[in-house]
Amino acid sequence: MLRPLPLLTTLVLVGPVLFGLIGSILPASGLLMQSAETPFATALSWPGLPRALAISILSGVLSTLGALAVATLILAGWHGTRAFAVLERALSPLLAVPHAAAALGLAFLVSPSGWIFRIPANLLGWDRAPDLLILGDPWGLSLTAGLIAKETPFLLLMMLAAMGQADAGPRMAIARSLGQGRVAAWLKAVFPTIYAQVRLPVLVVLVFGMTNVDVAIILGPSTPTTLAVQVTRWMTDPDLAARAVAAAGGLILFAATLAVLALWWLGERAIGSVGRAWVWSGIGLPDRAARGVGLTLAGGSAAMVLAGLAALAVWSVAARWAFPDMLPEALTWRSWMRFGPDMAQTALTTLGLAVTATAVSLLLVIGCLEAEVRHGLSLGQRALWLLYLPLLVPQVTFLPGLQLLPLTLGIGPSIWLVLAGHIVFVLPYVFLSLQGPFRAWDGRLARVAAGLGTSQNRVLWRLRLPMLVSPVLTAVAVGMAVSIGQYLTTLLLGGGRVTTLVTEAVALSSGGDRRAIGVWGLGQAVAALLPFALALGVPAIVFRNRRGLRHV
Amino acid sequence: MRFALTLLAALALPTLSPAQTQPDPADWPAVTAQADGQTVYWHAWGGSTATNDFIGWVADRAGEMGVDLRHVKLTDTADAVGVVVNELQAGVTEGGSVDMIWINGANFASMKRENLLFGPFAEQLPNWRYVDVDGKGVLTDFTVPTEGFESPWAMAQLVFVHDSARVETPPTSAAKLLEWAQANPGRFTYPQPPDFLGTTFLKQMLIELTDDPARLSEPVGDDYDDVTFILWDYLDQLQPLLWRQGRAYPESGPRQFQLINDGEVDIAISFSPGEATTAIGNFELPESVRTYVLDGGTIGNASFVAIPVNANAKAGAMVVADILLSPEAQARAQDPAVLGYGTVLDMAKLSPEDRAVFDALDLGIATLTPTQLGTALPEPHPTWATRLADDWVARYGVAD
Repeated sequence: MLRPLPLLTTLVLVGPVLFGLIGSILPASGLLMQSAETPFATALSWPGLPRALAISILSGVLSTLGALAVATLILAGWHGTRAFAVLERALSPLLAVPHAAAALGLAFLVSPSGWIFRIPANLLGWDRAPDLLILGDPWGLSLTAGLIAKETPFLLLMMLAAMGQADAGPRMAIARSLGQGRVAAWLKAVFPTIYAQVRLPVLVVLVFGMTNVDVAIILGPSTPTTLAVQVTRWMTDPDLAARAVAAAGGLILFAATLAVLALWWLGERAIGSVGRAWVWSGIGLPDRAARGVGLTLAGGSAAMVLAGLAALAVWSVAARWAFPDMLPEALTWRSWMRFGPDMAQTALTTLGLAVTATAVSLLLVIGCLEAEVRHGLSLGQRALWLLYLPLLVPQVTFLPGLQLLPLTLGIGPSIWLVLAGHIVFVLPYVFLSLQGPFRAWDGRLARVAAGLGTSQNRVLWRLRLPMLVSPVLTAVAVGMAVSIGQYLTTLLLGGGRVTTLVTEAVALSSGGDRRAIGVWGLGQAVAALLPFALALGVPAIVFRNRRGLRHV
Repeated sequence: MRFALTLLAALALPTLSPAQTQPDPADWPAVTAQADGQTVYWHAWGGSTATNDFIGWVADRAGEMGVDLRHVKLTDTADAVGVVVNELQAGVTEGGSVDMIWINGANFASMKRENLLFGPFAEQLPNWRYVDVDGKGVLTDFTVPTEGFESPWAMAQLVFVHDSARVETPPTSAAKLLEWAQANPGRFTYPQPPDFLGTTFLKQMLIELTDDPARLSEPVGDDYDDVTFILWDYLDQLQPLLWRQGRAYPESGPRQFQLINDGEVDIAISFSPGEATTAIGNFELPESVRTYVLDGGTIGNASFVAIPVNANAKAGAMVVADILLSPEAQARAQDPAVLGYGTVLDMAKLSPEDRAVFDALDLGIATLTPTQLGTALPEPHPTWATRLADDWVARYGVAD
């Protein structure tokens, strides 16, 4: 029964991407749309291209390096301490916060008229905000900072999920006994194993950083924008020929992504050999400084995002609130009365989609992994890359083409298509979250059980899955957060008819009504937060008397 | 591969309705009969919460006629155009997903040129008899004749919004604006073209500066550089005096209001004379905000709704278009507590009771009277908007 599952899963993932790519390549080469003559030449001659591409690459690479460094430092320096437990509790909810909401909160916080600048404004009596270019700086540094703050919790959670299998305790003990400091010991003895497990999530972060649209619109530069934002603009240009240019732009971005991925791979090699030399050299690290930097950066970014969310919460109940007041003149429930009922209804659709997409994905993923165990039907390393295609091919490259595919089959936009689209993106994340812990589960337990006469099904249900309940729930929470955050997928495959919390929030963000954004942003954050609360809470309760399974 | 396709197909229940007979706009009872029970997907910009609430109210009215009106909230009208184009490319000539679009200007011109619109229907709507056909310029849209392919529902006119607590005598011409900016650097900006409001600012300044505004009603020609030279010269002087020295711009009109409220700028522009009053009521602007127009007048145009040629619920869409033209809906749209949009109706054609409703409207503290607004200047031909926006992006939108 399990045998067809790996193939089916691969097809579900790869089919849409391939069709989407074809749907982009044809118009980009001037085949599908007659009105566009030379889409590639037009895209290449766009005067902002070098700069836009540079910002895309810069913000993608820097934000990935930054998020990886912060997550690593905090895990290396503080794992197992009380400070870490506090920080983990503060960071995990941030993962669930929708990108757009987090970015809008941050924007209010750091802009020259925002909360931070209002402190000196009140002390020094400014009645006008200083004219400083903080948001949307030409090199995308605020964009990079915002992405780091948002991606650190994701990588941290992924690394934590891998920790259970990393054998960190004994390795640390040996490294420490050889005179290594805490951070150096972790980096030398534990990090290589962890990185091997979270490598694909890191690459996904890299691709997302280079190609995201919603964060870049809010925090990124506008003269010019990142290439992904410009592609979206072309896609929505009144001049219909621009759609073909958008397809070409999407493919250029795709090529750049491939090049960066290749460079990253080379970088991994280089750092691998340098690191090996470092391990053998026995040279340590300034432990105290490294721990301090890690805690400051992680704590700082958590504090910023949380303060941004607090700002959104205050805006959602604010009456008149002008510069330089720290708080609104009065509080009112008017915004919640006005937008709340609509939001509750949309939240139901959103959660319904998220639960269904995650359930289907989880079934496929566990089926695949179990087929691997029972029948040796491994997807193999190359097929595995195909599996991550939907995450590694930029959404702006293949979604427009994907919108055309169902139409050619006579299928109009519908909630079922949106669900199918969500599965395409949720499945890889569930797979990413679960495969490491699932494969790393100690197979000797299964052999012992089989030796005692236990069937394979019983091993799965009574032994493997219960022991893996923590990573399974993490995978569910990640899957739901991904579904809840799907913007372009929902918009394009639903033809705009399927509204979820994120499509509403992004539609509102162009209008800049902070009160409405506050209500919708908080609603989305809460919707995505619940599964994470469960992922943390359930294992703690189930394993209250199983210390070794708690991994935390 | 085929398996994945089948799976996709199986997941997507057939949603396209069977082909229906084309409604005949002239036979209104048949239209309303066919509309009963239809679901109309109205693709309209969703960035303004006041507009969204008004569309919700229209949906209630439509419900009374048996039409289920759903607002598909767009960040950009061109998204809806794209959906129609994609569908037609894929051979979906009936039962398409877009039933009605809030549209004007370049989007209308391109849809009409490509034969993507259903019609003519507008002049057969029962409430068309109230429309101010001569005075409001609803028969052309950015100089392109509408010919019944779109139905008007609101009037817009460019107004300048200023915080009277910070600006005592607001600048009322292009030259005065530059002077004011020199005295108050960093306190003015405009939405970044190709945003329609930002592009409108460029057109307004071009009309102000050029010697021959009539030239703009014709399509762009070889004399483009000669006509627009004076505008670029002006903008080159203005740019370093803008908010953030012109290195960043607000992305939309409402975003500028936020900047005024945040104390970052003192003057903004709006395409809806009542928007500022509405925003004050929603706490989005300080109570000291007022509006004004330039000495030489400002650009005005009408907002329309159009029905794509492959719309699924054409009859339902016509019913909604007719509701939008009803005196009740028009008075509600003009009420600054709701929307503050100008009406497209001719007061002289209304019944005394309906006229009384309009007369009783309190336009609000920051809304100019029709007399103060003056006659709106005509929109240039749509080719100017496109060309100016492209040129602006090349000059100021890509840095270096």
